[in-house]
Amino acid sequence: MEKTLSALPSLLSLEPGAKLAAASRLGALVRGITELASKQKQMRECLVRLIYCEMLGYEASFGYIHAIKLAQQGSLMEKRVGYLAVSLFLNESHQLLLLLVNTVLKDLQSTNLLEVCMALTVASQLFPPEMIPAVLPLVEEKLQHSKEIIRRKAVLALHKFYLIAPNQVQHIHDKFRKALCDRDPGVMAASLHIYLLLIKENPDGYKDLTGSFVTILKQVVGGKLAVDFNYHSVPAPWLQIQLLRILRLLGKDDPVTSEQMYDVLDESLRRAEINHNITYAILFECIQTVYTVHPKADLMEKAATCNGKFILSPKNNLKYLGLKALTYVIQQDLNLVLQHQMTIIECLDHSDPIIKRVTLELLYRITNAQNVTVIVQKLLEYLRESKDEYVTISLVGKVAELAEKYAPNNEWFVQTMNAVFAVGGDMIPSDIPSNFLRLLAEGFDDEVEDKQLRLYAVNSYLALLEKDQVQYPQRFLQVMSWVLGEYSYLKTETKPEDIIEKLHCLLGKCSVSSETKAWILSAITKLFRLTLNVKVLPEVLQSYGNSMDSCLRQCSFELKQLVENREIMNTVLPLDASCDDIVVDASLSFLDGFVAEALGHGAAPYKPHHQRQEEKLSQEKVLNFEPYGLAFVTSPQASSVTGRQSPAGLSIGSEISCNSTEAGIKDSNSLKLDGVKKVWGKEGYLRKRESKVEALASLGSESETTTDTSSKTERTATVSEEEQEKQQLASSLFVGLGSNNLVSLMGKPQSSTQKVWRKSKIVEGQNGHEKAMNAQKTIVPHPPQIPNLMDNVGERCSLFQESKAMPLRKTSSDSAEVPTEQPAQGYDRSWTPSNNLKTIKAMPSASKEPFSGLFADGNFDIIQPANCRSAFEAHDQISGLAPSLPEEFAQHAHSKLELLCANENIALFSCKIWKEDCLLIPLFITNRSSVEVHNATVNFALTDELQTSESTDFPFPVVQSQTTVKCHLCLQMVNPCTQVLLTGHLTYQLESSHCTQEEFTLILFLIDFIRPLKLTTEEFGHLWLSLSNDVKQNLSFAPNAPEALSSALHTLQKELKLHIVDIIGTEGIIACQLLPSTPCLLHCRFHGGILSVWLRSPCSVLPDCMLYECQKVMQNVQL
Amino acid sequence: MIKAILIFNNHGKPRLSKFYERYSEDTQQQIIRETFHLVSKRDENVCNFLEGGMLIGGADNKLIYRHYATLYFVFCVDSSESELGILDLIQVFVETLDKCFENVCELDLIFHVDKVHNILAEMVMGGMVLETNMNEIVTQIDAQNKMEKSEAPTGSKQYHPTRGQCLQLPAPPPRLRKKPRSLTLWCQPLIASSKCTYRH
Repeated sequence: MEKTLSALPSLLSLEPGAKLAAASRLGALVRGITELASKQKQMRECLVRLIYCEMLGYEASFGYIHAIKLAQQGSLMEKRVGYLAVSLFLNESHQLLLLLVNTVLKDLQSTNLLEVCMALTVASQLFPPEMIPAVLPLVEEKLQHSKEIIRRKAVLALHKFYLIAPNQVQHIHDKFRKALCDRDPGVMAASLHIYLLLIKENPDGYKDLTGSFVTILKQVVGGKLAVDFNYHSVPAPWLQIQLLRILRLLGKDDPVTSEQMYDVLDESLRRAEINHNITYAILFECIQTVYTVHPKADLMEKAATCNGKFILSPKNNLKYLGLKALTYVIQQDLNLVLQHQMTIIECLDHSDPIIKRVTLELLYRITNAQNVTVIVQKLLEYLRESKDEYVTISLVGKVAELAEKYAPNNEWFVQTMNAVFAVGGDMIPSDIPSNFLRLLAEGFDDEVEDKQLRLYAVNSYLALLEKDQVQYPQRFLQVMSWVLGEYSYLKTETKPEDIIEKLHCLLGKCSVSSETKAWILSAITKLFRLTLNVKVLPEVLQSYGNSMDSCLRQCSFELKQLVENREIMNTVLPLDASCDDIVVDASLSFLDGFVAEALGHGAAPYKPHHQRQEEKLSQEKVLNFEPYGLAFVTSPQASSVTGRQSPAGLSIGSEISCNSTEAGIKDSNSLKLDGVKKVWGKEGYLRKRESKVEALASLGSESETTTDTSSKTERTATVSEEEQEKQQLASSLFVGLGSNNLVSLMGKPQSSTQKVWRKSKIVEGQNGHEKAMNAQKTIVPHPPQIPNLMDNVGERCSLFQESKAMPLRKTSSDSAEVPTEQPAQGYDRSWTPSNNLKTIKAMPSASKEPFSGLFADGNFDIIQPANCRSAFEAHDQISGLAPSLPEEFAQHAHSKLELLCANENIALFSCKIWKEDCLLIPLFITNRSSVEVHNATVNFALTDELQTSESTDFPFPVVQSQTTVKCHLCLQMVNPCTQVLLTGHLTYQLESSHCTQEEFTLILFLIDFIRPLKLTTEEFGHLWLSLSNDVKQNLSFAPNAPEALSSALHTLQKELKLHIVDIIGTEGIIACQLLPSTPCLLHCRFHGGILSVWLRSPCSVLPDCMLYECQKVMQNVQL
Repeated sequence: MIKAILIFNNHGKPRLSKFYERYSEDTQQQIIRETFHLVSKRDENVCNFLEGGMLIGGADNKLIYRHYATLYFVFCVDSSESELGILDLIQVFVETLDKCFENVCELDLIFHVDKVHNILAEMVMGGMVLETNMNEIVTQIDAQNKMEKSEAPTGSKQYHPTRGQCLQLPAPPPRLRKKPRSLTLWCQPLIASSKCTYRH
């Protein structure tokens, strides 16, 4: 023992050079471990060393099993080291983890605090979702443990479980509320982690807790916590930070909720005056919260002053945060930037590159047409200095974006882009060059302007290529060669031969990658269209005609053929036709004959990749562990599938690396074209376009070619001049931000002097798949970087009005508010939870009341938007007006017609109609007034989860008095989720008065989109095997009668609209699909009062969601 | 959430690494190298925050670090953590180490990897801040040490050892009980005096 100990320091001081020695020492350790396996004390020593070795990067997997053993068998001390080693060595998918489950279970039940703590830590660190059910009940139990440290750890463990498997802890949300009311502030603080997460996902669901959070923060700020919690005489700063973050999420865009927190925010801003880091941390959170919640003028003023402290602070940390906050704040208040212009200018030359970067980020946000040249110049300067990959990638994109958006003229634009390409090198994201080329190719509406831009680009590239010694990045060369190939004809004074000569020179350079060479070759091909002089041709053909690179070889053969046949050349490569659409026969039907012939000669029919893989797997398997194993008699079916498919699969399908988990039934029948390069068309090989550019591995180089534009600041020595320069810089940077200039910021970034640089031109046509995809990306208008001040103000006004107009909402939140004065007594170490508890308890029951329907049962929190509630109350008065459902809808299953929103003039009714192919939402607009309603429009805002094939706008020019008009919306769910809010608004005009807007919300559940999927057992078996996203769960199910299974299944069928495929003995199989067409298969087995459900689907989320629904149903049955 | 906590010395030798997100062994080593590369370039009086670092997650992530004598303490966190809050958490961590080891130095971290990890586990669990109160942490650690040392029932009603074999008292571990006071930098205390200095 002593010997090994003395050897330790030398082992630990190993330098990388001494790897050999390390290996031999590791060898000794291996031997030591095996010899010492029985002696646990020494084992512990060895493991600690092993931890160290692994941290240094040496392979230590031989010791993993010993770590587990030690955790299982050792005494407390050994156990601790064992657990520690396990949590450092293993990850959640390690096989050995299975061996640990029992130990963790045992320790969770131990009476020894330490063992429980260790088990909780390991479970939260390591356990994957499928192991959570094993420990979950025990961890839940620990929430009631008498020791607060255990409770706290249990809460954090549940937090982790929520992160990795939210569905599994859905039933314990009530317990989180209890943890929030725990008498120990530590436990409460831990539960805030969970709430932060929950509220981030769904801020509307927790508005009722605002009062509690505000009260807690008030107590903390007011110093009601024990002195133990102080850190540098600040009471529980981390807790404050967490609470401020939660309030920020809750108060965002919600005037009523924000109202509740103004006081405490004010208090926090006021209290935080002691000059210590941690108070600044709280202040920073405060500022952000003030600017995020519904604005209040005097608070914002205070926050602005505080932020000034940050920016002006000599400490770099604070300066950094101040600038960051400023980037955030300018969305609300642009004037703050103007206040600090001089500081910002100083920060531009700060010695710390990080601060410089934040400043540039800030400048990027305030860019407009007037200051773009200066800001872009600053950004480029920084880019040239920085060598960091991450910085380059993020900044290059920003420069390109600004250049495209605000370019003052052609020359500037081309030169800036040249600089971007030169500086960005090959780290540049591929969409920047392709966007640039598209912009050149598609041009603007002005023909002359386009020509000028292109000519300018050609000129600048020719000038760049003049320089011999410079190496350009590959992407830049590709852009150059494409532009020269396409647009050299515009430059009449240069002979095409000269350009060809230049490009040929490039081809010879060894620094040019073979992909770039292919670009250059196709440019040369295009240039040969312009000239009859074929002097260089033989040389090119000779060097690339037998190149090893098939792409280059092909290019050179094409070149040869085209030069020989001018006629084809002119049809294949017309001038300036890069934007014309080429019709591509995507199914490659011209190959049908060839395929048929091959099949006739006995060739095997094509099988898609995933099918081949599956067959391979099935051959390897000795034992078939899958149920429904018979379904592997695939060959006849498979060939029939491929038979139906276009033979195109032969060439295209083979390129698709199709993940078998993703490929459901639907996918295997349709061609997947995305991601496939379109290389072949009817006319043969398609010219290379700006399409995709592969990542290149080559060195980029700095180039002096990047010509600076409009540079103004020549550094001179005298201080006064420098000062002057700064002033000048400031005026050029902040031009257009002042109040007199505000007009240019108000939503109209393109002033009269400015062109529309981003052109929205929709590329249509069959070949344009990829192109269209890219085009769409650019068409999406950029979010206005500079906020629309006017709109903001208007919005605020309307929000204020709204809040006045909604007394109902206000009273309901008032009633929930905890009395602000807290009894001070007994508030030392013991948290006063009683009041909090009351609020928290009171709310759920209140909010649930009016809601019934599919989820009538208790512990499901239903989001109940306030206007919805008011609508319910108004319902009684106007129910007499409710229209009846027309025949065409009534024949389908449907819910009761309900009132969505109403006022004295107009009422909106709706219901859900569960049609076979979609969820139909009919809307009935009843005009209750005595006059006509004009220009009524219903507009739905669809979230990502939903899709519709039709328009989401329904205009009604005139609605007669006392009549009802109707429209309907067909919905399908693309991304499964348990519930989704469908919001929309109705605008209308009464006679000549203003437009009125009514908002409404519908809650849609997953169940609304579930339809039975009619399958036979064989089809089920076949489909089952092709899906591999699966989830298993045991549901307890009380009655242990023989017919229990079928009764359970029929309940599921009834409640969830499933299709029972078959019931055999104690097993049953069910199928359903999520509209539009995502299948989900269930396999249920019933034994001993437990129903084990096994779900599979091509979509990874769907099984979880369905399982959750099944659980709900089964719980209902038992109640 | 905290993604990783790294401690390495001025030469980039890792002294402690704890990852709260799953990375492969190789990635972990790369992250340590990359982080050291980023952090070591920084001057002494620049800000303690860094953005970027491609490996650990790109744009959403920040590195927050402090430099004590021979060691860098680096926390890799995502955007949901407060920069200054973490900065002070590092201070709390180092002060706690200082209390537990009495004038903590690099050697303590080398020879008591397990203890350092245990202290860390009391502060951060699963990437979330668990406890920020130094006294509380020290009390926990002390209690644990005491419990370990006396694994036999001590009369206190709370702690019942569960196993029979725990009853024999193991001798205190024959680890290095004295720090070798050699000339290396290893022994340089991280915090100049036990009354720690704050850099505001």
